[in-house]
Amino acid sequence: MSGWQLVIGLEVHAQLLTRSKIFCGCPTTFGAEPNAHVCPVCLGMPGVLPALNRQVVEFAVRTGLALGCAIQEKSVFARKNYFYPDLPKGYQVSQYELPICQGGEVEFALDGAERRVRLTRIHMEEDAGKNLHGVAADGSSGVDLNRAGVPLLEIVSEPDIRSIDEAVEYLKALRAVLMYLGVNDGNLEEGSFRCDANVSVMPVGSTVLGTRCEIKNMNSFRFLRQAIEYEMRRQVEILEGGGKIVQETRLFDPQRGETRSMRSKEEAHDYRYFPEPDLPPVRVPAAWIEEARRALPELPRARAARYQRDLGLSAYDAAVLTADRRTAEFFDAALVARGGGAEAAKRIANLINGEVARLANEAGSGAPQGKLAPAALAGVVRLVDEGVIGGPGVRQVIEELFREGGDPQAIVAARGLAQVSDESAVEAAADAVIAASPDEVARYRAGNAKLLGFLVGQVMKGMKGKGNPAVVNAVLRRKLGSP
Amino acid sequence: MSLPGILDRSLTDLSRALERREVSSEEVTLASLSRIEATDGRLHAFLRVAPERAVADARAADARRARGEARSRLDGIPIALKDIFLTRGLETTCGSRILEGFVPPFDATVVERLAAAGAVVLGKLNMDEFAMGSSNENSAFGPCRNPWDLERTPGGSSGGSAAAVAARQVFGALGTDTGGSIRQPASLCGVVGVKPTYGRVSRYGVVAFASSLDQVGPIARTVPDAATLLGAVAGHDPRDQTSSTLPVPDYLEGLEGGARGLRIGVPREWFQGGSEAGVERRVREALAAYEAMGATLVDVELPHAKYGVAAYYLVAPAEASSNLARYDGVRFGLRAPARTLGEMYGETRDRGFGAEPKRRIMLGTYALSAGYYDAYYLRAQKVRTLVRRDFDRAFERCDLVAGPVSPTVAFRLGEKVADPLQMYLADVFTISCNLAALPGLSVPAGLHPESGLPIGLQLVGRPFDEATMLRAARALEREMGPAPAPGAIG
Amino acid sequence: MALSLDEVRRIAALARLRLSPEEETRLAGELSAILDYVRQLEELDVSGVEPMTHALAAGETPFREDVLLPCLPPEEALANAPARAGSCFQVPRILE
Ligand SMILES: [Mg+2]
Ligand SMILES: [Zn+2]
Repeated sequence: MSGWQLVIGLEVHAQLLTRSKIFCGCPTTFGAEPNAHVCPVCLGMPGVLPALNRQVVEFAVRTGLALGCAIQEKSVFARKNYFYPDLPKGYQVSQYELPICQGGEVEFALDGAERRVRLTRIHMEEDAGKNLHGVAADGSSGVDLNRAGVPLLEIVSEPDIRSIDEAVEYLKALRAVLMYLGVNDGNLEEGSFRCDANVSVMPVGSTVLGTRCEIKNMNSFRFLRQAIEYEMRRQVEILEGGGKIVQETRLFDPQRGETRSMRSKEEAHDYRYFPEPDLPPVRVPAAWIEEARRALPELPRARAARYQRDLGLSAYDAAVLTADRRTAEFFDAALVARGGGAEAAKRIANLINGEVARLANEAGSGAPQGKLAPAALAGVVRLVDEGVIGGPGVRQVIEELFREGGDPQAIVAARGLAQVSDESAVEAAADAVIAASPDEVARYRAGNAKLLGFLVGQVMKGMKGKGNPAVVNAVLRRKLGSP
Repeated sequence: MSLPGILDRSLTDLSRALERREVSSEEVTLASLSRIEATDGRLHAFLRVAPERAVADARAADARRARGEARSRLDGIPIALKDIFLTRGLETTCGSRILEGFVPPFDATVVERLAAAGAVVLGKLNMDEFAMGSSNENSAFGPCRNPWDLERTPGGSSGGSAAAVAARQVFGALGTDTGGSIRQPASLCGVVGVKPTYGRVSRYGVVAFASSLDQVGPIARTVPDAATLLGAVAGHDPRDQTSSTLPVPDYLEGLEGGARGLRIGVPREWFQGGSEAGVERRVREALAAYEAMGATLVDVELPHAKYGVAAYYLVAPAEASSNLARYDGVRFGLRAPARTLGEMYGETRDRGFGAEPKRRIMLGTYALSAGYYDAYYLRAQKVRTLVRRDFDRAFERCDLVAGPVSPTVAFRLGEKVADPLQMYLADVFTISCNLAALPGLSVPAGLHPESGLPIGLQLVGRPFDEATMLRAARALEREMGPAPAPGAIG
Repeated sequence: MALSLDEVRRIAALARLRLSPEEETRLAGELSAILDYVRQLEELDVSGVEPMTHALAAGETPFREDVLLPCLPPEEALANAPARAGSCFQVPRILE
């Protein structure tokens, strides 16, 4: 596909973490029985009216400020008219000509270089319900309106993205910001962070954008990659065959790894937008915007930069720690508890990004640090610094803290994880190994320095893994002399 | 009946009689129900009567009064509701087949407020389907007739409300007015009809026709009756964010203040031969009466008023086309048998909607569709601004604007059904007030010199100044003496 | 301005109205007459005029606080449904 430049614009739908829906008092939580979280308003019954949730506007303002958008003092809801069983009113209440945020950008690093993708707009809208297929023997479908009216932010980028990697990094950075702001939980699989991609190709060097297709239904980064890759190949093949791209909406099929045309939705693409007469224009007072600006938390990029600058962490460690606000806050708290500088920071970062991340990964969902408290992690680091535990002990203590919580020192004592630094005990074990391995000792003394590792291992084995590696090393060297 | 002639008394009189225990709510409710029973076969003002519920409510009202706990002036008073208001547990069809059998799980805010005031709801009143019409002939359940002449229309779309009040079936009713749907039937039936300022009364639980124009208001036999009903339902509702947070004054206070000192604007455009001679004569006589009472007549201009019908027939159908999209056969109402989704939509909406809603859905869909939005919908919304500015300018020089309500007296059933545009022009004088979001009312101004049919005077007030409008209407009402009762149904 | 039958059909499809051929013909005539009538708005110069899309005067936006209110009991939510499958509204098969 050389000779072709990929062009991507992304539309993200992020579910806002409000208690109630955007226009009624029903809960936004998932997992209830179908139609258990509905009322006349979100059922679209005759005569009902929307009552806008203040928190939705606050979240939109907060997000817009964090992404450098211009917050519109007056924005207007509009109706997007189309028929679908999961759309109770026959229109979606969204924003069209006057969205709440305009402009802005998402910053991220790509292959060590700084990238900025411009945003077109951010607007507020309601989610639709869910169609369930094959609910009865005759193949008919069912409609569950629990999700109808859940508040969404739609975040639309300019077609600034030029590669799949860039698309993924953009989404990760945006997701991190939304999670930092506490407006979205970042869950792709459950659909609370959804993404549609506008994909087109143009000859390398061209400045004229090609005809784009909108790709829907990519609920993981892996699927996003597959879908865009497939779509690029499809478009290039058409163009190289002398064909033309038809602007359309295409659905990604994860089973086949393909995109296919959604003709059923094509037939009526005249949404007849008009200002929603049931909702007055949304006015956000300047004082409100200022207050939201003051209350903004430190964002992931700024925090990562600070970790590199002040704590000497690597770019990688800083990025991983700050990708999730809870993890960054956990790191900060552990560092304070350890009372540490760069050395402690490095150790804590290693433990969080290593052992703790592995455990969280195994656990699947839930809190990224399990039951481990920041002070407990600081305690583990202290025990390492003081030589009380070594590698295997650390792993075991952290595992227990992650699962059960508690005090590291008590766990070390209870499970006998403390390593042995007492020289006489080490000497006894070393003597036994030297006596039992005359061959290896002789070859070591004859100059085969590599055999020290084998002998250290034997001593550790003899001490059931509890010997302090530094002490074992020193004792053996002293007893064996130079190789 | 314990008190002969009680049904001919006004709501205000009945309220006093209940207070003095001259009659009980149960007695008067039963009297109203018998009156409905005796007359509605010919009139067809009601789509549904709820006698058991009404009698139970009346008894409860009597019990409250016996304990000295009457809730308001409306406690125990029989009224009825246009079938556009959602009533919990009581079928609400909005005059349409597509909502046949729909039993709402909640009450409209105004229904809640009337219940809180103790009013006794006797049933649901006939109307044009989805409030689209000016003659009640668009009701899917057959037209309502005018109690002055059963061959004629009571007007629309709140025709059932005006007819029921005029025919002494109830003491008051609620209607809705999107382009004249309270004022025109009130005028044609010889009763008082008030369309408050847009935002004065909650629209929650009122089936939407055109959201930026719809407004709820009372229809009653006298101005104080209407003022009492309006006071009971007006005021902000958090469930309707387009409802105003302005405080609601006591509309009865100052109601008897007369017309002295009022400046009444007479728009040239409303007196240029657009109404039939008998109508214009009565309206001019009413204006003369105001002068005689010490008011001043001021010439004003409403240069954009003549564009009102055109702007209205873009804005209202556009909003309606969207508001009526929810009638899709999925969650409530009619569902035609269908094998596919497309068939379900098409067949349900084809069978469920009558000719007028279909016409307006088509017109509104067209006005909003790609390529036409700017030329039609947007332009019409800009013309609304011009219409409002005309009034703002007029109100620099006067306190009220006065003119005819309807260009004719009640017309014959069937007379205009073949020509939708002719029907639309029946609202030529009432539409501007909706476009400009202003309060307006119709108050009886006498009978037509030849036909003897009632004629209303329209008064339009400043935004949220219903009080001045009601005071002026009350002055005319007193000057004219008690309005006669219709004779056609005995 | 005459509205063609094709346009009537396009609009009917958008509005999900299944019209009979007679209705299509009648509506083409009626809508054309109404559109002719509304053309008088073209006489007006509306440049620079704000559209009155919201009738209520500007003021503070009356937001709803983010608090939960009771939902409908499922039986009430589904009570008016023309067809249901379990606690879902049932519709003919949806093809995607
Ligand atoms: Mg969207
Ligand atoms: Zn709800």
